[in-house]
Amino acid sequence: MYPIILLSVLGVVTLFLGFSKSKNILLPATLLFLIIALIGNFIEWNKGPLLYFYDMFRVDNLTLSFNGIILLSAFMIVAISGGFQDNADSEPAEYYGLMLFSLVGAMMMIGFEHMIMLFIGVEILSVAMYVLTGSNKRNLRSNEAALKYFLMGAFATGFMLFGMTLLYGATGSFELSQIQGFASNMQPGSQSYILYAGLLLLLIGMLFKVSAAPFHFWTPDVYEGAPTIFTTFMSTIVKTAGFAALFRLLNTSFTNIYSFWWIIIALIAVLTLLVGNIGATSQNSFKRMLAYSGISHAGYLLIALTALSRPSENAIVFYSLAYSLSTICAFGVLMLVSKEKTIEGQPNEHYDAFNGLAKQNPVLAFVLAVSMLSLAGIPLTAGFWGKFFIFTSAAERGIMWITVIAVLMSTVGIYYYFRVIIASYLREGNMIKIRIAPFYQVILLIATFLTILFGLAPGIFDNLI
Amino acid sequence: MLTLLLILLPVIAAVITLFSGERLAKTVALIGGLATLGLAVVTWLQFDPAAGTQFGFKYAWVSSGGISFAAGLDGISLVLVLLTTFLTPLIVLSAFKHDYKKPASFYALILFMEAALIGVFTATDAFLFYLFFEAALIPVYFLAAIWGGENRIKVTFKFFIYTIFGSLFMMVALVYLYYQTPGTHTSEITAFYQLQLSPQTQGFIFWAFFIAFAIKMPLFPFHTWQPDTYTESPTAATMLLSGIMLKMGVYGLIRFLLPIVPQGMESWGLMAMILSVIGIIYGSIIAIQQSDMKRLIAYSSFAHVGLMAAGVFSYSVNGLQGALIQMLAHGINVIGLFFIIDIIYSRTKTRFLDQLGGISQSTPHLSIYFMILLLGSVALPLTNGFVGEFLLLSSVFHYDGWLGAIAGLTIILGSVYMLRLFQKSMFGPRSKWVEGFQDLTASESAVLLPLVIMVFWIGIYPNTFLKLTEPAVSQLLQLVNN
Repeated sequence: MYPIILLSVLGVVTLFLGFSKSKNILLPATLLFLIIALIGNFIEWNKGPLLYFYDMFRVDNLTLSFNGIILLSAFMIVAISGGFQDNADSEPAEYYGLMLFSLVGAMMMIGFEHMIMLFIGVEILSVAMYVLTGSNKRNLRSNEAALKYFLMGAFATGFMLFGMTLLYGATGSFELSQIQGFASNMQPGSQSYILYAGLLLLLIGMLFKVSAAPFHFWTPDVYEGAPTIFTTFMSTIVKTAGFAALFRLLNTSFTNIYSFWWIIIALIAVLTLLVGNIGATSQNSFKRMLAYSGISHAGYLLIALTALSRPSENAIVFYSLAYSLSTICAFGVLMLVSKEKTIEGQPNEHYDAFNGLAKQNPVLAFVLAVSMLSLAGIPLTAGFWGKFFIFTSAAERGIMWITVIAVLMSTVGIYYYFRVIIASYLREGNMIKIRIAPFYQVILLIATFLTILFGLAPGIFDNLI
Repeated sequence: MLTLLLILLPVIAAVITLFSGERLAKTVALIGGLATLGLAVVTWLQFDPAAGTQFGFKYAWVSSGGISFAAGLDGISLVLVLLTTFLTPLIVLSAFKHDYKKPASFYALILFMEAALIGVFTATDAFLFYLFFEAALIPVYFLAAIWGGENRIKVTFKFFIYTIFGSLFMMVALVYLYYQTPGTHTSEITAFYQLQLSPQTQGFIFWAFFIAFAIKMPLFPFHTWQPDTYTESPTAATMLLSGIMLKMGVYGLIRFLLPIVPQGMESWGLMAMILSVIGIIYGSIIAIQQSDMKRLIAYSSFAHVGLMAAGVFSYSVNGLQGALIQMLAHGINVIGLFFIIDIIYSRTKTRFLDQLGGISQSTPHLSIYFMILLLGSVALPLTNGFVGEFLLLSSVFHYDGWLGAIAGLTIILGSVYMLRLFQKSMFGPRSKWVEGFQDLTASESAVLLPLVIMVFWIGIYPNTFLKLTEPAVSQLLQLVNN
């Protein structure tokens, strides 16, 4: 509860800080605010489950874990944003303010106990992201991405609202517990079709937000067009929040009609895996590849939702964390490298921009390699255990076929993740020594260290939630 | 505790090597390798073959899941650990004559590889085994991809994806087995032995394991990555791949495939056996036609591993014992041969048989070492190859007479390609490529001498090692026959 209130207030403070003459204060101030929010978040650890706002918002350890992940990710992303000093057009105060507000939205999605909360959360998060996507005002691609994201996002919101309406019509309530009560006492025949239709529409809206196929068409263009720092934000925080919301929705309200929806989610998971992985293989742009890889990771997470078994909860938390850490590292290195290597004034985000990285910049190459190994799910990295827990969740439910497909797709994944490792370690290129701010480097190294630590000792999170 | 030390010591040595600077790196790596060998010998002296798994340790790892960091040594593990620790310092020493760029990383990767291999051979928890199985791939991938030949990027990439593809299937099988264990699940390998699985399930698990291990070894028809990778890799990486990593596959067959899915073995074993025998003949015939010496040894290695697999699939004491002793023999011979090819290549700058000839005229020492290792490979009595090949062929013959007869051709075909290799390179008119060919240096002899001693030791008194593995093997077969 505290981080939501704190960040709402501190977001406004950030906007006002923008009036001050010195622009240098914004970055440290935002980082400080995020640390305050992180501390505030864990005050309620092990106190839950607590309900707030007339039972509309729920705080338990699961909520707090997800909050922790997105706040940590946000901290790292803000830390590597570098204060937006290099672009004269930029408005750092607004960007930081919007990021903090969008975190509020994300946390509302994570802890919702009432459909209205979910809707408000999704909207707060999305509207902020539409603006940030288009924040590179003079860049055509950025504008296109923002417009595309907005139009498609508005559509998805429409589906979501329609779904909520139908659910209300069927059950007479917006509250998750009431809906659950209805779903468990449902007479066959009665109004179940409205409930099913409502659930489906709601799922479509949510699956759009986490870029699951076939609702993924916006993802590559938007991820590529948006300024990289906000792409990082989108691919980590929006995705984590989206999956936290989906998990809560399905796990609280609809466990009793599991037989209805599991196969739908399963098929979407398989489709997402296929689209994400096969799409990623044919990309020449590293950034666009990461967009597709983001789609494929949504597929893995959907497997945990499909199974919805005892390990699922842990699997989703662990996977989100592992994925966020590696993605931040990957985009962090991309930002540095692409800035040095430009084609016609635009940052070069292709694989060949990384040629020869290891020779001049061993630290960056190492960070990048570890993050790629983790995304590919190679042992001794956090990503391996993420995948492992996802597979165990499916095995516990007895759905082995989906695991086999996921395993085949992981092999495809190795192909495209290794391309950048090969470029940076094995290919020759005229790479210069990239200057990195020490703080930037520390953040990347911490993320890398955590990736390896969780890879060696995945038991840290045992019995935590 | 000793097992944990055996895994940790190379890791520590690797880290020290990494930070010891360019000049000291190789010396530090050699000391690290020798220290690990010393520790392995100490373990060997304290080992009691009859006492089952020893020196074990177990730490909770993912405690909620019953997954633990557990390892220990039984006879089968010990023999392979001895092989690994014996060969690693020799591999390090054999690389001394090259000036590799970034030597610290090079030698550190070899030691990391050693740690992962020891982990594979000692793990008593299935997921720990899997972890090391995969982790062993990464150092050798980088060794081959950074220090390899011209085509290295493409070739090693294929190798990496190929092997990962296989082991992911094993992971699915392990996750499935893990959920079949009663109560709060556990991933101890011995718990997997107790499972009662339906014949159909056993069939699926059999293939999942088979693909993983068959790619690693490799068996026909999963071998297409092997000749290219062996040829393009720097010699040290080729030695690691052929001398030790190949044994991970055979070890996996013995440790997992046989005892966990005996019924799957019964229904599909013949098929696997036929594939192995095809591999033996196919590999030998291609080896006969090779002109590139490294490729020739690569194919011969492919043929030899086929025979080891056939022995395992015969699930008899002879077959398993033969496979184990042959793993030792093959590791020793193949490393020696690759090293000799490396010596010839570094002096003449060619690996092609039709460009070589007459080397023996100026190199008495090299010729003798070469001949001994070669005779070991073609299984002459009193050399190490004979014991293993005899046991293996007899087991295959007991399994099926016809298959045994076909597999027996390996002895003839093996002599053809090996003697052709020797004759074309060492005898005949002296080619212009070999002018000024120097005999062995002291450090080169230091690599070859221990290998040759082992060729005779195993050839004359194989019981040193056979009696280590015997109790473990018969225990394993008891499990299978129940």
